Amino acid sequence: MKLTVPTMAQYMAEGKQPEILFWVGSAGSYDDRAKKITKAFVKLLNAANIDFAVLGTEESCTGDAAKRAGNEFLFQMQAVTNIEILNAYEIKKIVTACPHSFNTLKNEYPSLGGNYQVFHHTQYLQQLIKEGRLKITNKSFKGKRITFHDPCYLGRANDVYEAPRELLKELGIDVVEMKRHKRTALCCGAGGAQMFKEPEKGDKDVNVLRTEDALQTNPDIIATGCPYCNTMMTDGVKFKEKEAEIEVLDIAELLAQSSNL
Amino acid sequence: MNYLPNILFAIALVFGIGYFVRNVRKLIRNIKLGQDVDVSDNKSQRFKNMVNIALGQSKMVRRPIAGFLHVIVYVGFIIINIEVLEIIIDGLFNTHRFFSGIGDLYGVLIGSFEILAILVLVAVIVFWARRNVIKIKRFWNSEMTSWPKNDANYILYFEMVLMSLFLIMNATDASFQAMDSGNLISQYIAPWFSGMAESTLHLIERTAWWVHILGILVFLNYLYFSKHLHILLAFPNTYYASTKPKGQLDNLASVTKEVMLMMDPNADPFAVPDEDNDETLEKFGVSDVTDLNWTQLLSAYTCTECGRCTSSCPANLTGKKLSPRKIMMDTRDRLEEVGKNIDANKGEFKNDGKQLLGDYITKEELWACTTCNACVEECPVSISPLSIIMDMRRYLVMEESAAPVELNNMMTNIENNGAPWPYNQMDRLNWKDE
Ligand code: SF4
Ligand code: SF4
Repeated sequence: MKLTVPTMAQYMAEGKQPEILFWVGSAGSYDDRAKKITKAFVKLLNAANIDFAVLGTEESCTGDAAKRAGNEFLFQMQAVTNIEILNAYEIKKIVTACPHSFNTLKNEYPSLGGNYQVFHHTQYLQQLIKEGRLKITNKSFKGKRITFHDPCYLGRANDVYEAPRELLKELGIDVVEMKRHKRTALCCGAGGAQMFKEPEKGDKDVNVLRTEDALQTNPDIIATGCPYCNTMMTDGVKFKEKEAEIEVLDIAELLAQSSNL
Repeated sequence: MNYLPNILFAIALVFGIGYFVRNVRKLIRNIKLGQDVDVSDNKSQRFKNMVNIALGQSKMVRRPIAGFLHVIVYVGFIIINIEVLEIIIDGLFNTHRFFSGIGDLYGVLIGSFEILAILVLVAVIVFWARRNVIKIKRFWNSEMTSWPKNDANYILYFEMVLMSLFLIMNATDASFQAMDSGNLISQYIAPWFSGMAESTLHLIERTAWWVHILGILVFLNYLYFSKHLHILLAFPNTYYASTKPKGQLDNLASVTKEVMLMMDPNADPFAVPDEDNDETLEKFGVSDVTDLNWTQLLSAYTCTECGRCTSSCPANLTGKKLSPRKIMMDTRDRLEEVGKNIDANKGEFKNDGKQLLGDYITKEELWACTTCNACVEECPVSISPLSIIMDMRRYLVMEESAAPVELNNMMTNIENNGAPWPYNQMDRLNWKDE
């Protein structure tokens, strides 16, 4: 299926304004696994006939990892550059499939002059379903054991726990919760710029511990809502040599698959 | 009439309270060593947080057993302190059970104090067992060296002794027992002393009374040196804690100024800095306690060393050196050291060649944090160890360029390509056709 992915520049040329900007993020743009999530989300947007646009080559890293690595200069340079472009295009609403971008755009850009309504893709998709613009009819995941890993930057950082779970419910799935979930969910180990470095010395990797949490629920699928969590959990499942039995999927992928998109 | 006991009592009271005030002053002085921070926003939300979290103990009860027992001790302590008021009046004015004049209500009051006292006693014994017999893991992490462990036990012993003295005092008070109202618990203790001469009984009662009130005064003054300070500081700390989403890190204003200048095409790069605004001495991030803001220092004194943070920290759970509780304990220890230094040097800090970063908290600890906010979520008194970790990382990176190599690579990539990986910015939309 051909994806329709217009850019802001194209909208501008036609003198139009999209309903919402899709912030793809660096992982979603370049990482092979995350690109699949990006595409699944676009398929859903296309299926719902949403007027959206991306910045394309005008998008740049939000600066989350730099900020959390301690480089406030680099973060603010990135932020100011991005805000200049977003404001030039008069962007009001942004949706992103990355909780890190979500958190940064929503919480850390305003005081630098970037004020937008920002949604995580699970929130946005839930809204589309509620408004009847996106229809989920196929319940092909019914009966599967699915657990949900809360991304820290969606859950604790921004108190969004229900949107992803509501979407899973739409798919006819009863989430099998891990012992540590929602408020007490354990991190996958990637946040705070850990994604880009080797862990400090210890007796286990965080993603392995979190994968063990997930395995205790005996799942067919581990669902999540963050490209970094996805990588960490996928690696954890491989480490446990369970990749033949257990899939790690983003909620957008589950929705797209169930609609045969 | 013999006024000696009253005079002695007044002296003890003045010393006890005087020394406490001195400690509180020192505490405030030390906290004020921190940087200024604007906490004037969201007053009603802050007030609500304080009422719910400090007064209402809403976060304590998330761990039901410890939470339930803690509520007993907390309520018990607050309410039984009404009794202290009577003790002070009796002590100063040579009265005996001054409030007993209020009639039946007195029995109800003392009766409930007695029940609370026995409940507190039981709760405290269970607490002691959790630490010393069951050895719950979070009380035995490596930062729980001998002092923190002893401190916790001393507090429990104090409470056991104070509660027992209260009950003994009531049990040996012949006139109170004769009233037979409110002696709900002490009536069962009184028989232990039966057969004793009235004078002996009186002596025991007086001794219990004196040791009880002196014990309270000593305990009051012990607070400053102990994690027990949280019984006071939990209130301001929950009030001043951040009301923003937990994921939101502050944007350093000093950096914003420079970034705006760099991005401004009209700015003259060779301009001589304005004398008044000369902030060349501005330090980015935190290397010592005086770089932290005062709410962070307040947090350090508030920390109860309960270890709920550490027991939920992914880094700590996987054997890394990082422990958010240790971050708070180190901050307090260093702040105390700085405070003592100032006291010893006539109000001026004399460089001691030490700092929080390196001498207390190592880089290895700081780099292990995933910024997951589990510690912040868990803390029953709204402390953010994460904010201190982040501030110190900022110092490492912006002042010392001391990030791990891989992180430097990541940051170079962002600078050059607008992504943490070495991909070409022009390829950013390639995914749509792949
Ligand atoms: S934010 Fe850092 S210190 Fe706090 S629990 Fe998470 S990893 Fe541990
Ligand atoms: S920071 Fe909070 S959770 Fe951690 S030990 Fe101190 S009081 Fe307990």
